[in-house]
Amino acid sequence: MRHGWLGLRIAGVVAFVVLIAILPNFLSDFRASEFARVGIFFIALTGLQILTGYTGQISLGNGAFMAIGGYVSAILILGRPGLEASQLEAPSWLPVGDGMKDIWTIPIAALVAGVFGFFVGLPALRLRGLYLALVTFALAVSIPLILREPETLTGGTNGLNLFGTTEDRLTGAIDNSVHIPVLDKDLTFNDWTYYLAWSIGLLGLAVAWALLRGRPGRAFRAVRDSEVAATSSGVSLASYKTLAFAISAAYAGAAGALLTIVSTIVTPGSFPVFLSIQLLIGVVIAGLGSLVGLFLGALFIYYLPVGIQELAEVGSLPDGLQDAAKSPGMPSVIYGVVLILVMFVLPRGAASFLSKVSFPLTKRL
Amino acid sequence: MAELLQQVVIGLASGSIYGLLALALVLIHRATGVINFAQGEMAMFSAYIAWQLVQWGIPYWLAFAGTLVVSFAGGVAIQRVVIRPVESAPVLTVVIVTLGLLLIFNGLATWLWSGEVRTFPANRPFPTRTFEIGGVVINVQDIGIILVTLGLVGALWAFFQFTKAGLALRAAALYPDSSRLVGIRVGWMLAVGWGLAAALGAVSGMFTAAAFPPLEPTMMQAVLIYAFAAAVLGGIDSPGGAVVGGLALGVFLNLVGTYADDLQDLGFPIDLEGLRLPVAFVFILAVLLVRPQGLFGRAAVRRV
Repeated sequence: MRHGWLGLRIAGVVAFVVLIAILPNFLSDFRASEFARVGIFFIALTGLQILTGYTGQISLGNGAFMAIGGYVSAILILGRPGLEASQLEAPSWLPVGDGMKDIWTIPIAALVAGVFGFFVGLPALRLRGLYLALVTFALAVSIPLILREPETLTGGTNGLNLFGTTEDRLTGAIDNSVHIPVLDKDLTFNDWTYYLAWSIGLLGLAVAWALLRGRPGRAFRAVRDSEVAATSSGVSLASYKTLAFAISAAYAGAAGALLTIVSTIVTPGSFPVFLSIQLLIGVVIAGLGSLVGLFLGALFIYYLPVGIQELAEVGSLPDGLQDAAKSPGMPSVIYGVVLILVMFVLPRGAASFLSKVSFPLTKRL
Repeated sequence: MAELLQQVVIGLASGSIYGLLALALVLIHRATGVINFAQGEMAMFSAYIAWQLVQWGIPYWLAFAGTLVVSFAGGVAIQRVVIRPVESAPVLTVVIVTLGLLLIFNGLATWLWSGEVRTFPANRPFPTRTFEIGGVVINVQDIGIILVTLGLVGALWAFFQFTKAGLALRAAALYPDSSRLVGIRVGWMLAVGWGLAAALGAVSGMFTAAAFPPLEPTMMQAVLIYAFAAAVLGGIDSPGGAVVGGLALGVFLNLVGTYADDLQDLGFPIDLEGLRLPVAFVFILAVLLVRPQGLFGRAAVRRV
């Protein structure tokens, strides 16, 4: 490894962290809440990158892991009294507690989703490629339907509403006038969610980086590149594939829990099939097998649909285009066209583009 | 017993629709290793084209044939314009491009024909009256769909098996380099594969509009999922398997839907009616765990 590379990388990481830290100062409150959601995508993408990019196991089902995290978090925040207040009831054997502070539900949600992911990883030992894609896709389709069924616990199609639950359980009320004291600073709810999402996002990135450069990372890549070669070098396929699934699901679970906290409501519709597909789009845009482009991937999948919508509403386009952009169906056409064009320009994702661009810089160092 | 048979026939009819779309997926996958996520939306778009032609006063079956031609040409064009530039990119990149196509076709249909539901004029393509054989009530439309599907599959099989063009297509899919050496234009063969898949999908779309009206931009999304499941069930590289998988899935889903209530009466704790999709997936997962290469697929043997 050349030192120039390392220096540039460290500088890049420091710049990225500083950017994340000071960004809310330049953003309106509304944008901060949008960027919190970008952060949530970032976390989920980091997890999917470990599974698909590094271990080579394609997953169309990480939205399902998010759904599990989201519901676990919501149920724990509400607790038994909160559920009762919504005319719901948990079975007596289920340890739902009496309501928890929202941020403490995140690690639990990640853990539960991770365990679930481990079990999903078991059939993956026998299936590969498209067969695995189908099974994970089946999860993305089924889990929201299944979560709808135990209506007394999950509220059926209406889901669980955290809005207006008792003050101390939810750190911030939705009401933006409420400020949340963190380290002597008063944050609005949106700024608070921004910092929460990105703290976890950066922590997750650091963990992923540490994991991937060590023994597990080497094993993951070996599994991806050749299962036979990996096995012959003593890498246990069973352990590492299930481990990759569990880790990926844990990231998704944390992202799902955050999504619940940020939107203060969770319904089966919060985790549509398209969410899983979007995540896959995100990692491909970011570039498989690299952590560098994930931020761009997250920005892309969040802002492309939102941006198209905004363009249509703001009215900054020429007349003919403006009408077209407003008509139903057009946003989705534009999304599709942009997606295809991006793939034409960056067939291997942003990461390979970035390394190409930075190569002339680094080779002199 | 009569009811069971009746439900099996209905299941076979919807299974034919899944099978046709599954066959389209398999055609493209065999040639390029890519699952075309836009297949369902392309089929939906074709169904709208057929509807538009009928609206313009063209007789149904003529419109049907016209739609096949247009869809074939469209499929070829899509491969040449959109897929070819990313041919050498990683498979997932191509998959993402097909996802882009999915969005484009869905949006275009909504834009051109608005999201409102449309229906084909009554009794198209087949009369919906029923007849009875030995107490089993059978819908003419179901029989029509099943027969046309089987006919198409047979014709396609004959095309691949007995014609020079079919041989060239198979050669291009299996051994692109050697095919190029003997003068087959592999690029165009892949495009023709896309065209055939689009035409098959068009039939599936038109039948979906007839069997599960109304015609709407989202109508093929569930069908695509079933088709994907059917293709994997049969073995993703096996055309026959795709059709059999589709039929099996259609019958299975229909029986689960019909007997969900009875199961509940027997003390089964969950109402499966709303969970037909998950149930189907559990079933497929069970099959795959026993045969990871699908029912009719061959296990890939790789040289290390």
